[in-house]
Amino acid sequence: MLSYLSLVLLLLILAGFALGHRKALAIGATSDVRMHSLAGYHGWYVAALVGIPSFLLVLLWLLFQGPVIDWLLIGSLPKDRVDGLGQGQLDLLVSQIKSVAAGNIFSKPDSVVTAAAERYNRWNTIANWSMVAVAIAIALVGIAIAQQRISARFRARNTVELVMSGLMIACSLIAILTTFGIVASLLYESLRFFDKVPVTEFLTGLNWEPQIAIREDQVTGGGAFGAIPVFAGTLLIALIAMAVATPIGLFAAIYLTEYASSKFRAVIKPILEILAGIPTVVYGFFAVLTVAPAIRNFGQAVGFDVAPNSALVAGGVMGIMLIPFISSLSDDAIAAVPQAMRDGSYALGATKGETTTKVLLPAALPGIMGGILLAVSRAIGETMIVVMAAGIIASFTFNPFEPVTTVTVQIMTLLIGDTEFDNPKTLAAFALGLVLFLATLLVNVIALRIVQKYREQYE
Amino acid sequence: MSDGIAQAPEVPARESHWGSDAAKRRVRRRYGADRRLQIYGIGAIGLAVALLGILFSSLLFSGYVAFFTTKVGLNIYLDPKIIDQADPGAANYRKMTRSAFFAYFPEVTSPKERRQLAKLLSPGAKYVVRDYVVAHPEEIGNLVEIKVPLSDPYDQLYKGVIPRDIDALSSDRIALFKVLQRRGVLHVENNKAYVKADVYVNPQDVPDGDIETADYQRMVNEAFRSFYMSARTPAYEEILSKEAAAAVKARVLADPGLVGKTIRISLPLSEHYDNLARTGEAKVLNPRFSSKKDLEWFDSLKKRGLVSTRFTWELFFNADSRFPEVAGLAGALTGSFLTLLVCFLLSFPIGIATALYMEEFAPKNRWTDLIEVNINNLAAVPSVVFGLLGLAVFLNAFGLPRSAPVVGGIVLSLMTLPTIIVATRAALMAVPPSIREGGYGVGASKHQVMMHHVLPLAMPGILTGTIIGLARALGETAPLLLIGMNAFIPSIENMGLMQPAMALPTQIFSWADSPERGFVSRTSAAILILLAFLIIMNAIAVFLRHRSERKW
Repeated sequence: MLSYLSLVLLLLILAGFALGHRKALAIGATSDVRMHSLAGYHGWYVAALVGIPSFLLVLLWLLFQGPVIDWLLIGSLPKDRVDGLGQGQLDLLVSQIKSVAAGNIFSKPDSVVTAAAERYNRWNTIANWSMVAVAIAIALVGIAIAQQRISARFRARNTVELVMSGLMIACSLIAILTTFGIVASLLYESLRFFDKVPVTEFLTGLNWEPQIAIREDQVTGGGAFGAIPVFAGTLLIALIAMAVATPIGLFAAIYLTEYASSKFRAVIKPILEILAGIPTVVYGFFAVLTVAPAIRNFGQAVGFDVAPNSALVAGGVMGIMLIPFISSLSDDAIAAVPQAMRDGSYALGATKGETTTKVLLPAALPGIMGGILLAVSRAIGETMIVVMAAGIIASFTFNPFEPVTTVTVQIMTLLIGDTEFDNPKTLAAFALGLVLFLATLLVNVIALRIVQKYREQYE
Repeated sequence: MSDGIAQAPEVPARESHWGSDAAKRRVRRRYGADRRLQIYGIGAIGLAVALLGILFSSLLFSGYVAFFTTKVGLNIYLDPKIIDQADPGAANYRKMTRSAFFAYFPEVTSPKERRQLAKLLSPGAKYVVRDYVVAHPEEIGNLVEIKVPLSDPYDQLYKGVIPRDIDALSSDRIALFKVLQRRGVLHVENNKAYVKADVYVNPQDVPDGDIETADYQRMVNEAFRSFYMSARTPAYEEILSKEAAAAVKARVLADPGLVGKTIRISLPLSEHYDNLARTGEAKVLNPRFSSKKDLEWFDSLKKRGLVSTRFTWELFFNADSRFPEVAGLAGALTGSFLTLLVCFLLSFPIGIATALYMEEFAPKNRWTDLIEVNINNLAAVPSVVFGLLGLAVFLNAFGLPRSAPVVGGIVLSLMTLPTIIVATRAALMAVPPSIREGGYGVGASKHQVMMHHVLPLAMPGILTGTIIGLARALGETAPLLLIGMNAFIPSIENMGLMQPAMALPTQIFSWADSPERGFVSRTSAAILILLAFLIIMNAIAVFLRHRSERKW
């Protein structure tokens, strides 16, 4: 239905363009006044007047059709059936009607429900067809109006450019809308979660067992939603990742900027960048397939037990992924140190190594710190590696050989599969998402501040 | 100031002979430190490259076998009485396939054995036959040879991925046993291995002098313990057969006078250690195979030359399946294509429009600063948060269908936008002002200059950025999982923008989670395909960048 409608509208837009173009050409040929705009702009003008209102209408219609029909449906139900029902029960009834309407009948529905389902289907059909009719009508009216306005003096180009500017502004606002959408959805669901579980318990509790179902009358979750072990696990894995990535990345950057020939650099830098381009699900599988058994065997050989999904494996593999982040950002920072400082150091007789450790690194430290912080924010937001290689059970430990869980793992395990939005289990994922969003935002802002401040020093 | 210098305390001048040994040592130390730093650098780079190499080679090593399928050729009579010409897909292909397979084993007749025998065939074999008949309806009524896949364990066995037998004993146990070999107390007699031990028939273990009920096991254990001065675990007790105590008992019963004396006796070993002592290895049947008999059937098929393994494209053209030997990526590739299509259709125009506005049209004010900050922030938001956005807004609030490529495409386009915007702005900035000025000079409006001159010149750079953004979106997993794009799609016929689907990375995730051994190599192969796509896309981007690099 929708695809056919889009096709028809597209054809109408094309027709509008062609009509406008032709009419403008015809006027231009006969009129003694010179046309203000090229014929193509008249065509575009008609096309815009056809396309934009009708597509906007379809969009709004689709957004509001569902809720309006639901509202009508509830209103049409017999009073004795609706009275005394809570919101939850009402929703249940509506969804039952909908599933009957879609033809999925599991148990024998009563006559009220079947009648409502028939009404629901009827209304939906009516709504769909009227949407098609109204959209096409609007498009046709658009063609008629726009055709009317085409004349030699009509400033079609200015109007079209105005419309284009408007469209561009609308597109730019999408970035703001996305951020707003993220913050609003996370906040809204988190607030609903904190209605059921106190925020203090979430932030200070030591016990994380979200899979236990909570009864409706049981307001506090009995300590099941204390997120401290989850945060601790996230930090532990991020710490291990940074312990792997920082030295490797930093030493690689030092070598590449100060020692390597340009040929070597040209070969090695892209190879290191490949590490950053590999999808994280691949790293996750690599951790499970190769790294975890290797570390386990090594542990056995030296005589102690390493859990197969230990923090060491997930953190270590994540560290491999982060090497190019650290190396390229440190590389930039070291390369940005003015040549005069190097020359001064060499003039005092310092070796390259001394220049690097005593002059360049201190001078580039803010940039390197910024890079490390950006990598930290990556590490705490990284999902697939930990989902595949880290644990699911939250245990409060800092032993890298034990399995721990992270914020992202919990979000995924709580939300994969069917989700109900009035269940604290589902909402908890959004609360975790809010914490994750704020934490990465904070780390990023600090990192960018440091990097910017440092840049100003030398420019 | 000059006072300060004048009043500086006299520093006793240190003698510095550049040629002195101390100075030479200092220089050597300093250059040593320099060299060490270099070595650390090379080491770090080498380690990173080596890790990359390990990653690729482990994937290649475990993945290449998935491009091969082990099959057995069946001679199937396509009976026109069973297969309806009008609707060839509806016949009972399970029975047809099985009976053709059973024909190779006329000696297997009991229903129970036949059920076991049928387990050699893949449960997907009947679909292979069905698809063949549907594709070749003219063959109905003929006897045809169709190669159908074997089930996962035999597929893996034939390819040499899993062994027929596995070690019965852990390496710890074998190490403990080696101690006995080193002490030279083992000997083999009549195809059976014994350990020679001095057993002290302890009177304390013979209660009331009753040699019938005496605790001979304890005596044996004590004797055995003497071989291990510092044994860590008592597991060595299992090395001996239960008959060892009986052997001692028999000796003592034959000669009651031995109580209180030490006897030298050969004690039999338990089964696995017996094998280990005689043949050097102790094996048991791999638990993936239900019995030795199954393997005998498999061997007989192999001996008759009916089993073969060859390269197939099935991995690309089959839909997903619960059985690894017939599971393919067609559904995932289609889903990824649809998702990327939506992502491209949304993010490409929106990204260009945003970048064009921000770079060329927007006034510098608080609003545009806000947009700018937002774009930069979006690039740093963890991908899982975008999944939460998709779940809460697109699925829950807008009521879009779950698992649908259209939702996946929308979410991914939000993540791709910053990349495209940044690339487009850079490309626009690289177009020299002379182009713009030339345009204005001949009387073009700002829009005309942008649309007709600047944007076309910036297009290669924009395309480069778009392809890189799409490549990143292709590997994105977490947001797609959150909106349910890991649906099980056993057929690709009904795939569409609004229908449930799965993408390549989510397919990798769900295969990686599956317990069957065959999915390990399938997962690796799927990853290799994903990486191949990424390499191709990036190569195109690099190619475009090289071509668009022009000196103005």
